[in-house]
Amino acid sequence: MDLALKDLGDYIAEALPQEVLGTEIEFDELMVRVRREAIVKVLTFLRDDVNCRFQQLMDLCGVDYPEREKRFEVVYNLLSLTHNMRVRVKVETDEETPVPSVSGVFSSATWWEREAWDLFGIYFSEHPDLRRIMTDYGFDGHPLRKDFPLTGYVEVRYDDEQKRVVYEPVKLTQEFRTFDFLSPWEGVQGVLPGDEKADGDA
Amino acid sequence: MAETQIKNFTLNFGPQHPATHGVLRLVLEMDGEVIERADPHIGLLHRGTEKLIEYKSYLQAIPYFDRLDYVAPQNQEHAFALAVEKLLGLEVPPRAQYIRVLYAEIGRILSHILNVCSYAMDVGAMTPMLWGFEERERLMEFCERVSGARMHMNYFRPGGVAFDMPSGLAEDIHGWADHFPSFVDDCETLLTENRIFKQRTVDIGVITADQALDWGFSGPNLRACGIAWDLRKARPYDVYEKMEFGVVVGKHGDCYARYLMRMAEMRESVKIIKQSLEHMPGGPVKTDDRKITPPSRAEMKHSMEALIHHFKLFTEGYHVPAGETYTAVEAPKGEFGVYLVSDGTNKPYRCKIRAPGFAHLQALELLSKGHMLADVVANIGSIDIVFGEIDR
Repeated sequence: MDLALKDLGDYIAEALPQEVLGTEIEFDELMVRVRREAIVKVLTFLRDDVNCRFQQLMDLCGVDYPEREKRFEVVYNLLSLTHNMRVRVKVETDEETPVPSVSGVFSSATWWEREAWDLFGIYFSEHPDLRRIMTDYGFDGHPLRKDFPLTGYVEVRYDDEQKRVVYEPVKLTQEFRTFDFLSPWEGVQGVLPGDEKADGDA
Repeated sequence: MAETQIKNFTLNFGPQHPATHGVLRLVLEMDGEVIERADPHIGLLHRGTEKLIEYKSYLQAIPYFDRLDYVAPQNQEHAFALAVEKLLGLEVPPRAQYIRVLYAEIGRILSHILNVCSYAMDVGAMTPMLWGFEERERLMEFCERVSGARMHMNYFRPGGVAFDMPSGLAEDIHGWADHFPSFVDDCETLLTENRIFKQRTVDIGVITADQALDWGFSGPNLRACGIAWDLRKARPYDVYEKMEFGVVVGKHGDCYARYLMRMAEMRESVKIIKQSLEHMPGGPVKTDDRKITPPSRAEMKHSMEALIHHFKLFTEGYHVPAGETYTAVEAPKGEFGVYLVSDGTNKPYRCKIRAPGFAHLQALELLSKGHMLADVVANIGSIDIVFGEIDR
């Protein structure tokens, strides 16, 4: 299995030298990093090439890494029924740069791209209908970003006087509790204060 | 001659309508009674599951999976458990694998009964619903006996299952499996050759194999178009490779074919249930790695180390090595995938849930265009959607 995946990874990298930035195999799963502008070309190749035949886009999602220069990853999970294989394609982007929409290659991408736009604020260019999909009508912000608080910003209640549902800023009856479980014995990688002289020239 | 103006009109269907199977709001643009455009508005049940999971330990994330497709909760738990096991590199004891396969198939039957029977009700048949819920109640009793909860089992764990099956349960499930095919027979006499049912479903919502692939179909909806694809066969997980069962494949890809898929799959599931009961070995039901699964209560009374393990597991949880995986199972509704990214801490960094219903509902416009308003109801019923998993 691993060998076939490695062959496939090499094959893809060879066929698209300009577009593919690298391939990795982890837990028997093949991952291909590609250039953002080339995503439509790569997915079309993966769909139509006789050695790939990844006919189905099973999933498309965003991942947020706020500490990176390009904070978002867009992840495409493809499935080949012919060869019984999966491949994961990744591109990187930031808050401003649009990713070319692949809804022309796989129709199923249309809603997943809408979802990634809604939850992360990843912009997809040439998308036929880039509206919000999951959140409330008139929602502000992108909730799955790491800097969006778990509690959100607004809450709703029914107002008896106005006879309608009203939006108000979130009021927490107790402070939001978050625990740091990284134990100092396992978590700290660097040198502890006071230990500077412990190794080296001693 | 006076010029006649034809104007399309827009109909707001749902979100509070019994035929929407939950909270679907559908904006239909119609020319008379013919559908021109169908725009599903989803998200009315959005609870931010993926965001919540990022703030919970791996163990605390499991109950959220029950609340996705709440008709067959164990299948979702299965996907998450497999994904975490993959990252941890865990071996699951054989007995636990058999129990998980057994309950995954019970979940499949739970889901298919509900879908077939409520679908029959959507197109005008009352009786299957009443009969079906009796059977579902029996199955939910089996769930309750093993986990304490009828629906939201919270039973599968990374590394096995939470508890062993109580004595007598295996015999009762076997007894139920003997008589269940006769229920399927009874149901089929009501529906399969029923003239009204066929008029409402045959050649309605036809989708070709190529379209189905393009729109990300999976599960019974994909097999109804003639593609023999089943993850239990293609990528067997747990002990599915030891089970003998058939993959049911349809021909026409219409509502009627999708109904037939589910009826036949229930019969296949019964076979798997029987086999897993007959071949179930003894032994532990969860891995004995104490860093992952808690010790027994009795052990905690006298062992200091067991007490520490218990305390650590239920406060901090376990740390999962950094890495990422996309793990999918054949849930009753199709491919249910979990894309799990771990950063080496005790909480998932990102947990994307790939719900089959999301892809199926997206194709509703394709299925319904050119059909009548009443056929939209038939289409919604036949693609088997549950909003817990679509909206997440």
